[in-house]
Amino acid sequence: MRPEQGRATPAVIEVAGADVSLGGTPVLHGVDLRVESGELVALLGANGSGKSTLLRVAVGLYTPQAGTARLWGTPAHRPQAHDRLGYVPQDTSDAGSIPTTARETVATGLLGTRRWLLRRRDPRVMRALTQVGIAHLADRPITRMSGGQRRRVMIARALVRDPELLVLDEPFAGVDLSTQDAIAALFRELSARGTTIVVVLHELGPMKGDIRRAVVLDHGRIVHDGPESERPTLDPGHDHVTVVDHIDECLGQEIHPA
Amino acid sequence: MISALDILTSGVLRYPLIIAILIGLTAPVVGTFLVQKRLSLLGDGLGHVALTGVAVGWLVGAWTSAGPADLLAIPGALVASVIGALAIEYVREIGHTSRDVALAILFYGGIAGGVVIIQLAGGTSQNLMGYLFGSLSTVTAPDVVIAVVLAVVVLGIGLGLSGLLAAVTSDEEFARASGLPVRAVNILIAVMAALTVTLSMRIVGALMVSALMIVPVAAAQTLVEGFTRTMRTAMAIAVFCSLGGLVITVYVDLPPGGVIVLLSIGVYALGLITKAVLPERRAERERRPDAAPGTGTRPLPSAAG
Repeated sequence: MRPEQGRATPAVIEVAGADVSLGGTPVLHGVDLRVESGELVALLGANGSGKSTLLRVAVGLYTPQAGTARLWGTPAHRPQAHDRLGYVPQDTSDAGSIPTTARETVATGLLGTRRWLLRRRDPRVMRALTQVGIAHLADRPITRMSGGQRRRVMIARALVRDPELLVLDEPFAGVDLSTQDAIAALFRELSARGTTIVVVLHELGPMKGDIRRAVVLDHGRIVHDGPESERPTLDPGHDHVTVVDHIDECLGQEIHPA
Repeated sequence: MISALDILTSGVLRYPLIIAILIGLTAPVVGTFLVQKRLSLLGDGLGHVALTGVAVGWLVGAWTSAGPADLLAIPGALVASVIGALAIEYVREIGHTSRDVALAILFYGGIAGGVVIIQLAGGTSQNLMGYLFGSLSTVTAPDVVIAVVLAVVVLGIGLGLSGLLAAVTSDEEFARASGLPVRAVNILIAVMAALTVTLSMRIVGALMVSALMIVPVAAAQTLVEGFTRTMRTAMAIAVFCSLGGLVITVYVDLPPGGVIVLLSIGVYALGLITKAVLPERRAERERRPDAAPGTGTRPLPSAAG
């Protein structure tokens, strides 16, 4: 899946020594994360562990106070780094105050650094909505959709860009079980076709069995990076930093071949 | 009795009518983006700052005695509101002051600057009245030329780049993750708002400029759904109200700005009532069999499609 010269070509995501403070509170401490093309990686951790922040650093939405973040070798904050990226943010109620329809929302995914104009009724929009199974809701405002439907719209908006890297922040939160299974199946398909996927999860849920590499964060540090089966069980509320010692053991051959 | 044809052919009203149509088309386009950004009061703040610009224009005109005292009033308003727009966008970006406090300072600073500077220029606050509340009798040919240019610029950008502007105003985080020029777009929208304020000030007045950006959008939201349909409906409502308001003031001696705004609020109220009386219509439509049962979604087909 990964090219043999993997080390020579730049990694899809490369975060090195990232320190991040938000509003004066330290959130990440010297975090390193390298994701190669074609990987399916889960970022796991309790609330407040820093997993969503790491995701935002990786895609250039936050600039770390120390350390670097690169996408395909380009500094992640540069707009040019984002044309091959499909980003699915956490579901937020803080959308604009004029509800956009699913079709309009997905169409905005077609825009990019060199593309500022939208073609009316671009066929790719309906294709993406069909891909996530809600083509029949194309003209419904997203505010009158269920959490699961809205999440499908957000995923379609990322997929319409035909991304090489798909980055998702808690795609299963507030989503009914059947939609969770359906979304997980879609990720499997995309991963099999070579799309690199990085997904922030509170728990593995329907992705259990698909995740080969789990990156576990705790109190802003990576405490495990390796096979999901070997990840430590964290008891929220305790100081888990000691688990850091296991990291090197966890970087198995299967995950980081030479 | 004056007929509609007389109104359209009368020299006195031709200029205001042209400007009214331009305002009707332009204000809701900018207003749609402002409402989407939850910055509905930006136009109001800029209207106040434009008053300071009017007074500064007046002052410069008095110093240079280049022509009539108010020759530079509209250009002054244009410059001041653009500077105000850039300032507010800067404050919003650095985030040291909350948006509403920044807007409030713009309001008070604008109006206070206006009354103080107009006096320095040898005028009185009475001279500002026409700009505060709008006036038809003062509209001149150069005003129309400025209005046409501003409207062409704002409509060209607002409609031409509507996808880009909608993307940034609807979801800034996703727009940034897509590599869109978020900062430039935010500045562009603020400047478009400033241009619209200047364009509308002559007829609706600085105090009510913002109403024509926001109220037609709010009215449209009671009638239709979706971003593009809301914008188009708001444009239709605003053109109707601007023209209607102007025609009413031909028959009854009333200030045009106030009449136009009240008409828009009337449409909004009608829309609200319609929505309250006919709530089933939409639910009915959605219960049609084309929506799958249960959660209303279909199982995902293969992603390979």
